[in-house]
Amino acid sequence: MSEQDAAGITRADVAHLASLARISLSDGELDRLAPELSVILDSVAVVSEVADADIPPTSHAVPLSNVFRADEVRPGLTPEEALAMAPAVEQQRFSVPRILGEEQ
Amino acid sequence: MNLTDLSAAELAARLAEGEVSSVDATRASLERISAVDDSINAFLHVDPDGALATARDVDERRAAGEELGPLAGVPIAVKDIIATKGLPTTCGSKILEGWVPPYDATVVARIRAAGMPIVGKTNMDEFAMGSSTEHSAYGPTRNPWDTDRVPGGSGGGSAAAVAARQVPIAIGTDTGGSIRQPSALTGTVGVKPTYGGVSRYGLVAMASSLDQAGPVSRSVLDAALLHEVIAGHDPMDSTSIDRRVPDVVAAARRGDVSGMRIGIVKELGGEGFQPGVEARFGDVVELLTKAGADVVEVSCPHVEHALAAYYLIMPSEVSSNLAKFDAMRYGLRVAPDGVDAPSAEQVMAATRDAGFGDEVKRRIILGTYALSSGYYDAYYGSAQKVRTLISRDFAAAFEQADVLISPTAPTTAFKFGDMMGDPLAMYLNDVATLPANLAGLPGLSVPSGLADEDGLPAAVQVLAPATADDRLYNVGVAIERMLQEKWGGPLLAGDPEREVRA
Repeated sequence: MSEQDAAGITRADVAHLASLARISLSDGELDRLAPELSVILDSVAVVSEVADADIPPTSHAVPLSNVFRADEVRPGLTPEEALAMAPAVEQQRFSVPRILGEEQ
Repeated sequence: MNLTDLSAAELAARLAEGEVSSVDATRASLERISAVDDSINAFLHVDPDGALATARDVDERRAAGEELGPLAGVPIAVKDIIATKGLPTTCGSKILEGWVPPYDATVVARIRAAGMPIVGKTNMDEFAMGSSTEHSAYGPTRNPWDTDRVPGGSGGGSAAAVAARQVPIAIGTDTGGSIRQPSALTGTVGVKPTYGGVSRYGLVAMASSLDQAGPVSRSVLDAALLHEVIAGHDPMDSTSIDRRVPDVVAAARRGDVSGMRIGIVKELGGEGFQPGVEARFGDVVELLTKAGADVVEVSCPHVEHALAAYYLIMPSEVSSNLAKFDAMRYGLRVAPDGVDAPSAEQVMAATRDAGFGDEVKRRIILGTYALSSGYYDAYYGSAQKVRTLISRDFAAAFEQADVLISPTAPTTAFKFGDMMGDPLAMYLNDVATLPANLAGLPGLSVPSGLADEDGLPAAVQVLAPATADDRLYNVGVAIERMLQEKWGGPLLAGDPEREVRA
């Protein structure tokens, strides 16, 4: 990935990224974001020149280990509490729009 | 005596002596909010009933002779990114408008257990993305020193509420500087504890490997008192550090820097830093030297690339964390226009377009790009390597110095709109604070005085090695004492009253 590629992020690229991120952007937003992202990406591309192959990456400042706990039944939210903020509820369940498309 | 003028420690002392009640102190805070918040907009929600109920309870327990914590009865405000059971939590976003969490964050549970009335939730840049609190979906917060200027961000609401004396103390969160930078711009004290030192359970995550909650206050001792309340291991947070919290309150009472080695980070100053900010930093260095500290210059060469690494790692984590706002179980749900029986995916996309603001969308798209196949190694992978280099630089610097210092923010408070059109200019506000987040270090910001050119607050930042948070308070209070002796009182005893007088 060279800096030229980053600078060249297009409106179509942004539309594709938006679909991956599940955000429908307006035409105006697509027009605005393409050049903005190019500028930002140009300015951050320097990281690939700084980091040599032999440097280990750090994902977390504190070393992490997996945390286990006993598999015990403990109090949790009641169904009413869990559903209280749902946009739609039906028969004590979250009611959601259809998941599968016409062809599925 | 005006109760809202008292620091948290002064108020706590009067409460303990029975000179004032928590109900009186809480009422004073609520009245002050009513009187000045139209011009400041520090609060998104105010909870008079809940706060007064806690205050009455504390007063009764005190009257019954119960032993109470050091801040029992002291009113507090909480940044709106922290879950409060039964009290709205919106993160400054339309997508969470009206959301009321069914549980308390650990920080909030500890505040409640300490008997502190929560008067309300403070305004912030949407999902903590910004350095000016102009990115709130509910309108910007204004700086009490000059209401034409920003209070910093993303915790501008918490900082402004403390500066405007609406509350003596507040909770913020700091991902790249969002406690320390607004503290610098409002003349308050702000602390980002060691990463993992304060539980993140119940903080709505922005960038999980960087986010940290901490205190905002009017004095270093106040911050230490609150730090002690909220810090400590939490089994609900797998990144929480399981070890004893250093005695930060004792350190905040000590303030002895003689013989300490204090390093000035060469790369966190100079070009891009306002002359008045640098001049006040110079005053602090002079005072520390006079007090017997051994002040040396240290170099952290990779800090130069911290901003670039941060603006890849943070949006990458943002794009992942904010995926949970999918319109299915809570929050906003918007149907797309002109679609019969829309699919879940279409509803999700329409909701996220309507519910997220521009800066949030920009960062989600940026993060999606940085994590996408083909670019992952060049961007996200390389940024994580730079993070290693920065941590190594700090480790080497702490061989030469007990603490490191720099100006907290490169400039004083800027005017509304001045940086909105240019994301890079806005991002530069965090240049001195975000290296500490990448390395997980604790940092404290304390006022250093007023810049000559605009008469607005400037601040100095103190950084310490991870888990050595007590060093911040020792050095911070030494700076505070020496400067207040020079000024004849706290910085905040002066100007903010001018803009927010009822």
